Parts: sequence; C-alpha cells; structure tokens
Amino acid sequence: MTRPFKRRDFLFMGSALAGSLLLKSCGGEPSTTEASPGASPAATGDGIKVGILHSLSGTMAISEKSVVDAENLAIEEINAAGGVLGKQIVAITEDGNSDWPTFNEKAKKLIDQDKVVTVFGCWTSASRKAVLETFETKNHMLWYPVQYEGQECSKNVFYTGAAPNQQIEPSVDWLLEKYAGKPFFLVGSDYVFPRTANTIIKAQLAAKGGKVVGEDYIPLGNTEVTAIISKIKSAMPDGGVIYNSLNGDSNVAFFKQLQGAGLGPDKYPSMSVSIAEEEVKAIGVEYLKGHFAAWNYFQTVTTPASTKFVEAFKKKYGADRVVNDPMESAYIAVYIWKQAVEKAGTADDLEKVRMAALGQTFEAPQGLVTMENSHHLSKFVRIGEVGDDALFKIVFETKEAVKPLPWNQFVPETKGFSCDWSDPAKGGKFKAT
Amino acid sequence: MSGLLDGLFNGISIGAVLLLAALGLAIVFGLMGVINMAHGELIMLGAYTTFVVQNIFKPLGAPWSDFYIFFALVAAFIVAALVGVLLERTVVRYLYGRPLETLLATWGVSLILQQFIRSVSPQFVVGVGLFCALYFGAIAIISRRPDFERIRNWAIAIMVPISVAIALTASNVLGQSFKLGFTRPWFGTQGVDVTAPKWLRGGLAIGDSQLPYTRLFIIALTIVCLLGIYWFLNKTNWGLRIRSVTQNRTMSACLGIPTQKVDAITFAIGSGLAGIAGCAVALLGSVSSNTGQAYIVDTFMVVVIGGVGKLIGSIMAAGAIGILSYVIGSNAIGPLFDSMPFVKSIFEFFATASMAKVVVFALIVVFLQFRPAGLFPQKGRTVEA
Repeated sequence: MTRPFKRRDFLFMGSALAGSLLLKSCGGEPSTTEASPGASPAATGDGIKVGILHSLSGTMAISEKSVVDAENLAIEEINAAGGVLGKQIVAITEDGNSDWPTFNEKAKKLIDQDKVVTVFGCWTSASRKAVLETFETKNHMLWYPVQYEGQECSKNVFYTGAAPNQQIEPSVDWLLEKYAGKPFFLVGSDYVFPRTANTIIKAQLAAKGGKVVGEDYIPLGNTEVTAIISKIKSAMPDGGVIYNSLNGDSNVAFFKQLQGAGLGPDKYPSMSVSIAEEEVKAIGVEYLKGHFAAWNYFQTVTTPASTKFVEAFKKKYGADRVVNDPMESAYIAVYIWKQAVEKAGTADDLEKVRMAALGQTFEAPQGLVTMENSHHLSKFVRIGEVGDDALFKIVFETKEAVKPLPWNQFVPETKGFSCDWSDPAKGGKFKAT
Repeated sequence: MSGLLDGLFNGISIGAVLLLAALGLAIVFGLMGVINMAHGELIMLGAYTTFVVQNIFKPLGAPWSDFYIFFALVAAFIVAALVGVLLERTVVRYLYGRPLETLLATWGVSLILQQFIRSVSPQFVVGVGLFCALYFGAIAIISRRPDFERIRNWAIAIMVPISVAIALTASNVLGQSFKLGFTRPWFGTQGVDVTAPKWLRGGLAIGDSQLPYTRLFIIALTIVCLLGIYWFLNKTNWGLRIRSVTQNRTMSACLGIPTQKVDAITFAIGSGLAGIAGCAVALLGSVSSNTGQAYIVDTFMVVVIGGVGKLIGSIMAAGAIGILSYVIGSNAIGPLFDSMPFVKSIFEFFATASMAKVVVFALIVVFLQFRPAGLFPQKGRTVEA
C-alpha cells in the first residue's frame, strides 16, 4: 500500500530533521573542532592527529566522559605550550556508545580513515578486548587509562591504569593488617574485571591466611541488592570486611541499602576499587562516609603537579567538578605519548615512538611515574577514606612507585610469567627465570 | 521464625518496589493497551524531579529539608503526568490500535528523554526554545492568510532552515560569550545524588535484624497509591468513564463520553504514578539517565504475569516475584537441606544475584506456558478488543 506524500509527513519530517540538527549542535559534546581551541586553522592543516575513543552515550558515558575531559585538557595544555615537534595536536573524538562492536568500528575508522597516529581510549575491559585485535593486526597504538584486571600485555597497548598488584593486592594486604582476623565478603558486578579481581583476592587471602565467607555478583546495572545484604549479614554476624568491585549504578543502590540495613563502616568496613571522587558525588557522601577506596591518585594528593592539575581542570570545566584516578591516568597517557614522540623525533613511525615510550618518566599528579618495559606504568598506591567533604582522606600511601606485574603471581596459570616489550625475543608473555 | 519474618519482609519490600514501578504501566498498558517503552524514562524523570526538589529545599534548613520528600512526590507526579500528556497528545494518540508502531515510537521517545537529561543545559534550552518559538510562531502567523493551504509547503520549507539557523547562531553566540556557565549541562552524564531525609535513613530494629525505614516507607507508599487508584477507578466519575472506555470504546463514544479526554487522563495518571515510583526508587538506587532502563523489563514482567488489565494480578505478581527472587538469591532454602549435601549445593549454586535472576525468568517462562494470559486473565468481550 502506498500513500501520497502528505503535508503532515512533510511537516513532521521537517521538524524532526531540524530538531535532530539542533540536538546535535546544542548537545554540549566535545566536537572535533572544539578539542584544540589553541590551534589556528593553518596549524590544524598540518597538525598531528590523535584519536579519542570513549563512550559519550550509553551506560558507560557516566564515567568515560570525564576521561575525555582530562585528555582534552592535556592536549590543550600541550598545544598552548607549543605543541609536539612544533605541531599542534588535533584530537578526533569518536563515541563508542557503550557498545563493544561500535568501539571496534570506530577504532578502525580512526586508524584507516582519519589516519591518526595514536588512540587514547576505552574504559571497560570488554571494550578494550573488542578493539585489541584491530590494534594488533594494524600494528597501531592504544593508550588505555583505567585500572584493570591484568592478565594481558599487548605490544600495541600502553596501560596507564593500575595492574592488580598496584591496587587490589596492596589494599587486601592493608585490610588484612588493619582488620586482622575478620572475615571477607566479596561483592562484584557480573563481568570480567570483578570476577578476575576476586579470583586474585581469593588466591591472595588463601596464601596469607585470610578467610572468605562469601562471594556474590550482581548483573551490571541491577539495583536490587536486598538478597546480597542479608547474605552478608548472615555470613558475618559479628562484622567483617566487604571487598567491593561493583561498577556503576549498582554501587549507589548497594551503599544506600547497606546503611538502611544498619551495616555501618564501623562493623562492616568496605574497600572499593571502582568508586572515585565522581562516584562519591553521585552516591551521596552521607552513605559512604568512613568507607575506603584504593587508587593510585586522589584529588587530595598534595604534590605540586596535583595542585596544578586540579586547578587547571576546575578552571576549564567548572569549580564543582572533581578529578579522579582514571582521569589522571588519561592525563598521564597524553603526556607520556608526547614525550615519546619528542624523543623519537617523529609521530608517524609507531615502532620508534613505542620504543621511545619505554623508560619515559613523568612528574604526574600522583608522583614520578615511569613507563616500564611491560607497557605498564609504575605507580604509587594509595588508600583513601571518604570524608565529610566527599573527598578522600589518604590513610595509606606507598613511599615509592610500585612496579607493575601484568601477569598475576597469585593465580597458578600465570605464576612466574612476565612481560618485556623492549626485547622482541621476550615479548608479551615469557617465563621469568 | 525471625528468618521467616525477615524473608517475608524482604520479599514484600522487593515486590513493593516492583509493584510501584509497574502500577503506572498496569494502567497504561493494562487498561489502555499501549505498550509504553518510555515508562522507564518517566520513572527517571520522577527521580530527577526528586533531586531538583531536594536541592531547592536543602538551603531552607531543618524542618523543610527533612520533609522535602512529600513535596517531591507531588512534584514528581505532576512533572511525569505532564510529560505523559504531551507524549499521549503528540505521539501515542495517532497510534492507537497499532501496538508495534507504538512500541517503536515510545522506544524512540525513551531514547530522546535519556539524551535530553544528559545534555539539557541553558544553551540547549535557548536553542530548542528559540527554534520552537520562531518556527511554530511563524507557521501560526502564516496560517492566518487565506491562501495558507496553497503556500503551506513553501512556508515550511523556508521557515525550517531560517529558524534552525537563527536558533543555532543565537545559542552558539550566547555559549561563546557566557562560556561554561551557559553551556554546562544541568545534570550531565554522571548520576546525581538523592539523599533520603534523616528520618528515613536508619532502620527499625527487630531482634537482630533491621527493617530499613526507606523500605517501610516504600511499602506504605505503594499501599497508599493502590488505595488511591482503586478509589479513583471505582468511586469517581472519571474512573467510571475510564472503565467504560476500556471495555467498549465505540459504545462509550456513542453515549457521549469524551474518549480522547479520557485517554489523555488515563495516560496522565499512569505516567504520574511512574513519577511517584521514580521518587521512591531514588531513595534506594541511583539516579542517572539509565535509571529507567533498570526497571522497564521488570515492570512489563509484572504486568504480563499478573494478567493484562487486572490491578489485583499486578499486585500478586509483584509479590510473588519479589519473594521468589529474595528466597532464591539469599539462599533461604539451602540450609533446610543440611542433611542432603547434594540438594543443598544445588540451592547454593543458584544463590547469587545473577543466577537468581536467571531462575526467576526461567520460572516465568514455564509459568507462561501454562497460563499464557497471566494470573488473572481478562474474560468476556474485552478480550478480543
């Protein structure tokens, strides 16, 4: 059945078209041209193109958008200081839409069509795994800024977030010492990071005499946690430690209802690995006060670089914004890449840049970090307690940067393995002697 | 005994959240037969309204900030109901009797609402507002001309680009001159925090277990809403009209019932209830642009299991699903089989939040094999309508 094209259709489609145009332009998303305001049109013409690949829509947009902000801040700072090799950096931002195949498509687009020299991107391990093959077959370069479960060491990825031994393991050690003799309950979202993290924690606790009395997983985005809370209560009637690797919205429900059920941090202290300053704001400080989180960087770190970073960020994005660990890692990634390009003298020869990146040091907000031969950063480990101001009071920090161990030494399958990309003979996974 | 009581309470409290979230849908989908995929986003709007009301009351100090929740409930109802009416008048009413198109259209609306919450900023409001004012204003003026019918298409073709251009330029110029204060989104992609007032934060200690006040509050709220709906549908004139339109639209229209008005009111009430549900879930969970997505499947599940068109069915279904998912998820049955380690280990295997969800859905699939029309199927002439 065909219909003539009616006026109403025309009106409807016309306004729909106009509306979508408006939505797109007023959406406030960082568009390609906004990314490098320092660049004059002439310089843009022969600038150095880099890709930014994060979710600006969908579930993960909540976290990833602020990482894009941090990356744009670093690029803007570098451009204002004269750029790289005398050229301005031009950022091409793509939206991964919280959908892993989309991440892969957009990665291909950035590499093949836009001809970027490197990509800063991804948050979830699932999105990283989705683009990994593309970066490996095209022998390209990805900078991944988030703490993750380890057990991976690709030649084509630089991991500027923490490996498990730079976040999870020290925090478990700290808990074992502070709450000696208390049982542990592990709660996580149901996907690869929490499950791997909990495998590591269980192996570590077994080796060090800790006791796990329960383990539970919530589907991503689920907010019904009543059953888990009563299990925690019945498994640990006299109190104990909750190790929390929940991600996203479930955290809000978990802490709100934990307090409602009367499980306070005095008897049931919790250690979280996915709650940073932004999440504290979204959950509400009333529910989180006294709980702990483990990261490499908190906004309350007082190094000069940190003060500068926080000030610059607030100046650009508003005084009520906060910075967090993944944002700092993303900020570091841009600077280490810039240093590597300068050392290599080229941005286009990726192998030269990659080799130049190894051993680069950077006075980061968290302290002096080094890009190790394993493509991971050596980082400082910190534990913070949520205070009244919705920021973290740092209750523990390592004196020196902790070297990364991508292959976990507590898990039998990877025990004894390590990674060294400075030597092609060794590569991503070899048995250390 | 206390374990049983605990289980019953927790099951009912899960059920109460489900029911409250599904109540609006039970009316919109159950009575009107409209598959409203944007129901979750109406819940989300309710939650955001709660956030806004909370922030308005916060600076007012003690007595006000403690009771903001009651104002938030009213505001959430009104906001969601208004959006619901807008949705019904502009989209749904053209699609009555075409469930597939309704499904797609309302799903589109749900995406629009999500993105709206993420990107609404002063710049956005000025841009869209200006466009609407210019375009619809111009069309209204031109439509007074006697030869409007003839030049209509031309007018539209000219006015759309002009309005877009003016709105874009204005919002961009304003954005560049006022910078961050003007372009920054109000809510943003990051979730916002809704904090329950102090008197709702603790819990009622009974023995060694504690019943959270928020849960008690939600159970009470659900009961109040149910009674309100029952009263409205059965004791008021508009309720009578809604029921008659549900049963036989043509006959009601013949008898002089303004069916269009009835549709709008029914939709508004269903949407308003979603707003109230949003206010309630904001006390328990997160408030972000995805909030609605977490509830949409569960709410449809409740309505379908209960039997479309029967409020009592939704009540029973919500209660049953709540108790079932609690009993499975918290491993309440396992310990009863201490003497049989094999059976006990089976129950333990299913006793995680993810597995409990799988089991509940599996049971629902089995249930629908035997009772495809739900717990309380519609009977009589309305079935085929």
